[in-house]
Amino acid sequence: MQGAFFNFSRKTIPVDWNLLITQLMNGLQLGLLLFLLASGLTLIFGIMDFINLSHGSFYMIGAYFCGTVVSVTGSLIAGIVVALICTFAIGAIVELVIARRLYRSDHLDHVLVTFGLILIFDTLVHMIWGAAGMAIPLPEILNGQLHIGTLVLPTYRLVIICSGLLVAAILFVLVTRTRLGMLIRAGASNRTMVEALGVNINKLFLIVFAIGATMSGFAGMLIAPITEASIGMGNEIIIIAFVVVIVGGIGSVKGAFFAALIIGLMDTIGRSYLDDLLKLSLSAEVAETAAPALSAMLVYILMAAVLAFRPQGLFPPAGSK
Amino acid sequence: MNKLSKILSSSILAVALSGVGIGAAQADSVKIGFVTTLTTPAAVIGEDMKDAVNLAIEHIGGKMGNLDVDLIMEDDGFKPDIGKQKTDKLVKQDDVDFVAGYIWSHVLLASMKSVLDSGKFLVSANAGPSKIAGKLCHQNFFSTSWQNDQTPMAMGEHLSKQGVKSLYVMAPNYAAGKDMVAGVEKTFTGEIVGKDFTKWGADAQLDFSAELAKAKSSGAEGIFVFYPGKAGGAFIKQYQQSGLQDVLPLYTVFTVDAIALPKLQGGNLAGVMGSKNTQFWSPDLDVAANKKFVGDFLAKHDRYPSFYAAQAYDSIMLINSAVEATGGNLEDKDAVRAAMKAANYDSIRGKYTYGNNHMPIQNFYLREVVEDDAGRWTTKIVDTVYTNHQDPYAADCAL
Repeated sequence: MQGAFFNFSRKTIPVDWNLLITQLMNGLQLGLLLFLLASGLTLIFGIMDFINLSHGSFYMIGAYFCGTVVSVTGSLIAGIVVALICTFAIGAIVELVIARRLYRSDHLDHVLVTFGLILIFDTLVHMIWGAAGMAIPLPEILNGQLHIGTLVLPTYRLVIICSGLLVAAILFVLVTRTRLGMLIRAGASNRTMVEALGVNINKLFLIVFAIGATMSGFAGMLIAPITEASIGMGNEIIIIAFVVVIVGGIGSVKGAFFAALIIGLMDTIGRSYLDDLLKLSLSAEVAETAAPALSAMLVYILMAAVLAFRPQGLFPPAGSK
Repeated sequence: MNKLSKILSSSILAVALSGVGIGAAQADSVKIGFVTTLTTPAAVIGEDMKDAVNLAIEHIGGKMGNLDVDLIMEDDGFKPDIGKQKTDKLVKQDDVDFVAGYIWSHVLLASMKSVLDSGKFLVSANAGPSKIAGKLCHQNFFSTSWQNDQTPMAMGEHLSKQGVKSLYVMAPNYAAGKDMVAGVEKTFTGEIVGKDFTKWGADAQLDFSAELAKAKSSGAEGIFVFYPGKAGGAFIKQYQQSGLQDVLPLYTVFTVDAIALPKLQGGNLAGVMGSKNTQFWSPDLDVAANKKFVGDFLAKHDRYPSFYAAQAYDSIMLINSAVEATGGNLEDKDAVRAAMKAANYDSIRGKYTYGNNHMPIQNFYLREVVEDDAGRWTTKIVDTVYTNHQDPYAADCAL
């Protein structure tokens, strides 16, 4: 499958289409995981005006609950179902006990309290499960590969993509076609007006927070069979999820979806092709060193560009300022 | 949006913060500061080392010569800046006699000056960056591990001997990752068709999908990787999930160890079975001191010690040998140094000597992943690649 050639500064790079398709799928998978995290984050941020740094902790908790149930029952489905219920419950408890008291406080208070929550959750996980991390075994059928023509894709990665798209579709229907979704959209555009119209805003906040936590937990469950569940796994990805929120437009689920896909693809394509591109103009050694640093920077460069030229984000919620 | 960026930067700052340690002072004792990683997922390595250090102290009855052992553990949080702070604290506040430990090369490089400038002894129980073996070598620095390049050099040697013609190389983007790649490049005679350095640290990259796809399409005859700690388990899992074990044989250094194997076994990732790696040591190495160490460690913790644990155990035993040889007179730095340089103790690797740069001159073995009699996955020595091997940077050292 060594197909077409690109002309680039008088040198040519052969394009391997199998590789390109695989990398696009990898980018899609990363993007959808980011979306699961960022959609909850953007709603909580957009509707409650609440900065939840500990959103990543639900990602970790989801993975650990799922791993524990799988190791006891041996069933991945049971693990996911139980862990979804548990993360929903923990999300609701955090909202009721902690977040609720903070909505009217300053953003800095949110950051302080939710950073404290990260430390508490990380230490709790360390105390309960130890530092070693937790592997989640996959059923044999998911550990294999799918062969499509000459293309070979790991089955489980396709499962992640399908689950991510499914959740995105459910969320889309929820937000655009239901009464709850209408309230969510209204809350994201103009919270004061929604409150003034007599909507039970406390209940709405509780549901949004818990759903956000559940989706974050679901993302953790999906990734854990690949990378293992580990302490602080959510803290690594939450920063990128915040970037997604900002690029997509605060409070916009649609924005989170497209921004997540853009960032996922950009990161993956950067990691795959940047060193080859740099080698065209730089020495091999410089390119090898610069490429990983540059591809890690790309998403922040994108965020800076969005903040400079379109500070409301790519797809801000309708009617927001 | 100004507010947002402020919040973002404060959150990044907050995530960068870490915990504090506690120390105590005592007279008539040998004070040993031990810096390792006890938080973040890399804590699994630090805890293995801690268990080994405690076992070593138990084996010597809590005393070195007639002095009590006063051990102060510090957590570097997997970060060079924190590691240096903790080292400064050990040197200045606790006034320890020896500073040992250091898993990470970048942490050791950031911390070494604090120890060596104060005239204290520094014992690396893992990290072996090329600089400290060469230009930055110091008379008060000793290693109970290896220089970073040596283990991958042994692997390169083995691959060349096997007639492997092309190799894809992957390592994390930090000091040791660079050394590992440089090491395999020194001795591998075939072609290196692709190379990836991935993001490392507390927020290391763990999803290698893009890199594995590249490796596969490169058409290499094998893949060489260095992924210590939890990244190793994640890498091997994805290697198998991509179905690469049938097309791209796996060769590793410091990746498939006693920390990764139980988890791989838990996930039933049999793709790692039979894969080859090189190391200066193995749990099955037939040396009396090693049998005692591995046997007691297994009995106490019901798991194999990792090489990190073995080196940490040796670091205490090396210090013990120097304290005993000098009769506990730690003020006589020259005598302590001479005693350490003699390496006159029962090392878990057997007898070894120190080169001019105080890096061990030792054997390197080829190991294979096997199942032991009790059904545990472990490594077994199948060949000796190097006998009494000295690191390539010794010549740059002025000592």
